[in-house]
Amino acid sequence: MAGPQLKSTDTDNSNYAGLGPWLLLPSWLVIGFFLVLPVGLMLIYSFLTKEFRGGVVWDFSPAAYDQFFFDRGLFGDSAPTIELTYISIFWRSIWQAAVATILCLLIGFPTAWFIATKTGSNRTIWLFLITIPYWVNLLIRTISMKFLIRDNGPLNELLLSIGLISEPIHMINTNFAVQLGLFYSYLPFMVLPIYASVERYNFALSEAAADLYATKWVTLTKIILPVVKPGVIAGCILVFVPSLGAFLAPDLLGGAKNFMIGSLIEEQFKGNAGNWPFGAAASMILLSMVLVILTIYARQQVKAGDR
Amino acid sequence: MRQPDQSTQVGTLAVEVQNVTKNYGTFTALKDINLGIKDNEFFTMLGPSGCGKTTLLRSIAGFESISKGDLLLYGENIADLPPNKRPVNTVFQQYALFPHMNVTSNVMFGLERLGHSATDAKRRAREVLAMVQLTQFADRLPSQLSGGQQQRVALARALAPNPKVLLLDEPLSALDLKLRQSVRVELQQLQHETGITFVFVTHDQEEALTMSDRIAVMSNGQVQQVGTPVEIYEHPVNRFVADFIGDTNIIDVTVTKTTGQSATCRLPDGSTLLCEANDGAAEGTGHISIRPERIRLCNPGTGQLDGRIKSRVYLGTDLNVHVTLKDGTDVKARIQNTDGIDIPNVGEPVDLRLEASGTRLLVD
Repeated sequence: MAGPQLKSTDTDNSNYAGLGPWLLLPSWLVIGFFLVLPVGLMLIYSFLTKEFRGGVVWDFSPAAYDQFFFDRGLFGDSAPTIELTYISIFWRSIWQAAVATILCLLIGFPTAWFIATKTGSNRTIWLFLITIPYWVNLLIRTISMKFLIRDNGPLNELLLSIGLISEPIHMINTNFAVQLGLFYSYLPFMVLPIYASVERYNFALSEAAADLYATKWVTLTKIILPVVKPGVIAGCILVFVPSLGAFLAPDLLGGAKNFMIGSLIEEQFKGNAGNWPFGAAASMILLSMVLVILTIYARQQVKAGDR
Repeated sequence: MRQPDQSTQVGTLAVEVQNVTKNYGTFTALKDINLGIKDNEFFTMLGPSGCGKTTLLRSIAGFESISKGDLLLYGENIADLPPNKRPVNTVFQQYALFPHMNVTSNVMFGLERLGHSATDAKRRAREVLAMVQLTQFADRLPSQLSGGQQQRVALARALAPNPKVLLLDEPLSALDLKLRQSVRVELQQLQHETGITFVFVTHDQEEALTMSDRIAVMSNGQVQQVGTPVEIYEHPVNRFVADFIGDTNIIDVTVTKTTGQSATCRLPDGSTLLCEANDGAAEGTGHISIRPERIRLCNPGTGQLDGRIKSRVYLGTDLNVHVTLKDGTDVKARIQNTDGIDIPNVGEPVDLRLEASGTRLLVD
């Protein structure tokens, strides 16, 4: 990947010799306390035995993973079959997150393009407008969305009053509501990285393409999209990953039918009814999936860096 | 002022610019331009920045829409066609190579859009890359090439579809001096080999003079003069052209008599000179242009103008000599460093001898 190659200057600056490792200490502390420690704890907890009123007993057990993937009947003594409950929740989550990502991309790309092609001070205003809603807490925004799309909410009232529909559209507690919620929650994460790469885009490339007989569509697909791809991929990951683990939008807008991973995990740690090892195991599985996605992205970036 | 179009009489016209005006809001970038660019010609649009040369080129390419007038390409009106429907190709100033495609794919791009098969396009790409001596770089990405190599890829990419007219927007300005000089020669050869009409935009008069068949000198959105390099340099039609092309002395004079192609002028120091003039030169006040290299120094009393040496600068092949005339007018002369030249010291009197052909009465 591009970036300046910083040579060690230890020999030149003898005053600082030996200080190097200490300068890294803050980073190591942050990584240790906020990454290694929690993930390590979660990994350990996922292999412990659950206690009935929440919490864990310090006995090694793969039961949480077993529960996630296999069904051993009501009393745990039947021959194991594949447990579909949680896998299907995961699958639905992936699906919901993917739809939300695509929605964000379809709306976010033109938005980012629009902003990036404005002149200096106008850009700042538009970027500012995009971020304003995010100064309000996500919970409040999600609840507001719930009120907006209720059967007798303002959206339905509006559509009824202009005669577009004859009876309210039922949106709340549907997949659509969840996708809408996710889309609304994470749209700026799509817009901002795409904006950053479109802003760097050299518009002479579009002229060159047109000069070489390309139609607008060909220019978009063969020149613009490949060139701004890093921004698009970054945006997609920034929307997809948090959407996958989201629990506010599914909880508040999706109801019980549209349970997602985030809610499943949240429930394991709430009150006395939870199952900490199971929640930890589900988190580890989610984390692994996210890591796979990020690895694919990193590979892409390395390829791009080779250019 | 508008020049009579000298090109309409002979040959086919590749590009005809007819009464083209381009407005940006209240700013007029092109004012009622008329030009005829001949088939198979190396045509240069020369002028200072902001003179409208790039706007005119971009209008021919289709990146700018013209406000008024017509653009004809081999007789066909292209003014309303989008850029991708015009059979012209452009070499961009900063090359605008597609960064995610290798050299071959860049060159193939236009061919593929025109519906050539992949094998056909690849063969043509190889052919054009050989023409610009880039064969061994065919698989590189643009970022892996030097500026000069990128420039040749841009050229190859624009030549590959065999355009009717090749538009070049200051393609040499990003190269260093040495490279620029060798590319000039290559460009000219390429134009001869391909027989494609080249329309070249530059602000560099040396580039224009060395490469072009004809030059259009532009300023303030207007064409000042169209002609061969010799015509432009030797017979500038107005003060702007004389001043912009090459180095010159411009002196205010009073025209006392005009006869056809020549005029008699009185200089501020009272001496009179015979000089070349355009048709329609009028008596009264005017200016003359004297090219520094057309001035000879001679002993006092033997030349047309008397003065004193103000300064001498040794340049190797030449010497730049500044002479102050009796009334204080400064005249620069460029004297070739030949065997046995003898230039008086600063402060000593000297006479200037001028040929009528190197002295020209200008029309504003």
